[in-house]
Amino acid sequence: MSALEKAFYSPVGRKVAAKAGLAEPPRLRRGRTFPQGAIVLAPLGPSTLVAETLALLGRAHESPVVDDGDEAPGYGDRIGALVVDATDARTVSELEGLRAVLRPAVRGIERAGRIVVVARPGGGGGWEADAVARALDGINRTVAKELRGGATSTLVYAHEGATPGDLVSTLGFVLQGRSAFVDGQAWHVRPAAVAAAALDARPLDGRVCVVTGAARGIGAAIVRTLARDGAVIVAVDVPAAGEGLAAVANEVGGTALQLDITADDAGARIAAHVAARGARIHAMVHNAGITRDKILVNTDAARWGSVVDVNLAAQMRINDVLLDPATEGGMADQGRIVGVASTSGLAGNKGQTNYAASKAGVAGLVISMAPDLAARGITANAVAPGFIETDMTARIPFVQREVFRRSNSLSQGGSPVDVAETIGYLVDPASQGVTGQVIRVCGQNLVGA
Amino acid sequence: MHHKVVVVGGNRIPFAKAGGPYAQASSHDMLTATLDGLVARTGLAGERIGEVAGGAVLKHPNDFNLTREAVLSSALAPETPACDLQQACATGLETTMYLANKIALGQLESGIAAGVDSASDAPIAVSDPLRRILLEASRARTAKQRFAAFARIRPRHLAPLAPRVAEPRTGLSMGEHQAVTTTRWGITREEQDGLAAASHHRLAAAWDRGFFDDLVTPYLRVAKDAILRPDTSVERLAALKPAFGGPDGTMTAGNSTALSDGAAAVLLATEEWAAAHHLTPWARVVDAEVAAVDHPAGADLLLAPVGATGRLLARQGLTVDDIDLFEIHEAFASTVLATLAAWRDEDYCRGLGLDGAIGEIDRARLNVTGSSLAVGHPFAATGARIVPTLAKLLHERGPGSRGLISVCAAGGQGVVAILEAV
Repeated sequence: MSALEKAFYSPVGRKVAAKAGLAEPPRLRRGRTFPQGAIVLAPLGPSTLVAETLALLGRAHESPVVDDGDEAPGYGDRIGALVVDATDARTVSELEGLRAVLRPAVRGIERAGRIVVVARPGGGGGWEADAVARALDGINRTVAKELRGGATSTLVYAHEGATPGDLVSTLGFVLQGRSAFVDGQAWHVRPAAVAAAALDARPLDGRVCVVTGAARGIGAAIVRTLARDGAVIVAVDVPAAGEGLAAVANEVGGTALQLDITADDAGARIAAHVAARGARIHAMVHNAGITRDKILVNTDAARWGSVVDVNLAAQMRINDVLLDPATEGGMADQGRIVGVASTSGLAGNKGQTNYAASKAGVAGLVISMAPDLAARGITANAVAPGFIETDMTARIPFVQREVFRRSNSLSQGGSPVDVAETIGYLVDPASQGVTGQVIRVCGQNLVGA
Repeated sequence: MHHKVVVVGGNRIPFAKAGGPYAQASSHDMLTATLDGLVARTGLAGERIGEVAGGAVLKHPNDFNLTREAVLSSALAPETPACDLQQACATGLETTMYLANKIALGQLESGIAAGVDSASDAPIAVSDPLRRILLEASRARTAKQRFAAFARIRPRHLAPLAPRVAEPRTGLSMGEHQAVTTTRWGITREEQDGLAAASHHRLAAAWDRGFFDDLVTPYLRVAKDAILRPDTSVERLAALKPAFGGPDGTMTAGNSTALSDGAAAVLLATEEWAAAHHLTPWARVVDAEVAAVDHPAGADLLLAPVGATGRLLARQGLTVDDIDLFEIHEAFASTVLATLAAWRDEDYCRGLGLDGAIGEIDRARLNVTGSSLAVGHPFAATGARIVPTLAKLLHERGPGSRGLISVCAAGGQGVVAILEAV
């Protein structure tokens, strides 16, 4: 820690920083915890989709306070969450109904509370319905920016035919502390062949999950989170990281596989390791990644090639092997593939052309894979972390790091566990209807759209 | 043997020169890290293993239960029993046989054989007179008695004693003994340097092909064997000055093993236990023999394994032509070369009571991934390094491939073992 950083975090420094408008960031709610206050359900039409989903979650709900006059009415006690069922909304005038429930709720929500809007996606409903679908996205992003105290806002596009069972893992994730650093995001849930009946506390019980880059940082957090959810872990990292890898694997009773993922036989060796245990892979989490930052005019072929190979090409080669149904120890049907993209890839970042190429490429990859794998029930998704507190980001100079930390709606860096929890949600067998999605875990970073 | 005993995995930390990257690590630390790496690779966290047998040649007095203490520090179940054994440089092979025998007899289903040594953290003793005075002072009942004891301490008592490297019976160091053997068998400098260079080149090639990815776990940021010099050559080795055998000696620091730090472990089990734990057997332990020579009477100190090799092959009805791979511990390059010369020597072998020469072998089948000259030789760890290395090599060659391990040891002793791929 530099002298400047020590001074900044000293008692005096904190007071000065507070006077300068740099308030102490809110404490986020994490883990499998629901909001403390009441969950308020506001259907904008006759739909009972969200009400039935809340019933599957086993959560009671209350009626909303509606703003229908000049004086905004308030809630007596702070509410934990407002969940809006907007799946009937097709016209611009119906957006007023949303405003009327949002205004009291945003004012009366508890710290680390949740605003969730469930709506139909655009497409096929006519021009106005498409405008409304997109308008909801604008509302969601804005509400996320106005919420304080670590509360977040999420928009879930539930496709026609999606049942409460298809939605239960998503609504559970969004309401729980697992989604602490996911803010202002929107993603899609489609009808799935197999719907869940409830939110499982150990959804991965006995399932083999392979995590690359598992020796430390976000990878180690993914291992711990998936293991908490019951997974049998195969922890993969380069041989040189073997000491940390062994510690992580032993901590969760998994196995360590020292492997350079760029090796030609990497996919085959992962499959052989799993096959030897008489299993197939439920989830393949491609977390391993490297940076070789230089502005483009200083980026040579070696810097370019190594980053693109490790971060993108290697996982494509591994997927090819594991997705071959003939591969013993390959992906199981109803399996899960998760890539790790980055807000740097989605928004671009100076000095990271190679990294942005690889990480945006991961996003493009899962979106393209998803429909092709649907017949086997395999989903392909990505998470896109923003500023996460890791050894890697700890090396960024302090002032720059503090700016990055605060450049989001939650005014802080995320924890590796926030990325891990989002991956845990995506690999949950109940998340069958979530595929081809890229979910940012960035606290609604100002960059990254 | 009643039950088939199989080698199902192994692990070691990279070996390093004494006083190097592991200078601050104790034998306990290194053995624990080695066990943890093996546990992680094989998914045995929290498992109760039948028994762990380990040992060290250089031991601190409070390391009397070194292996058990390392087990308690490791990710293994604390109910895993352990014991310490010591057979000088063959300790790691002796612990392997100790557990293999128990498994064969049905006393155990699984075991981890290990060895560790830190030449950096060698125990240093106080002189014998000082030790006696201190003991007397601790028994004293009055301050006066205690003072009287301390008053007898003289400056000459205070010089610390490093562990002795000399053979107690001859007063010669191991290198000096081997220098006699080198001369007796006419081993040339060129042959020794050639063998040393090949050891480095073969070890480097094995690292390059990822052979050690599932045999080694990095430790203290050391990811590869630190003694290895991939770019060494016969020419470079030829430039070194003699270290043993006087000014005309042929043994140098380049063709003798360096004092090393490191630890290694082997996972042994019945086939049933291996299958139940989803582990692939590499090779079965066929047989072994320990032997000694009368070095105080002039026998070559480090050639004890020759007799054991001959008797072991005869007992199994095998000849060297039935062995696909040989692992002869490179204590010194000339030890390996003298061993090969002895195997070829009809008279020498008959003198040991064998029926004739053991035979000539193709050097391409010897130490194919390098040995102690390039890897290093933390005394007790070497046997436990060689067993999984050879088992994996045999497994790669296919079922039925046989390998022979020969490890010489201080005291004119040695251990020889045969493995066969399954």
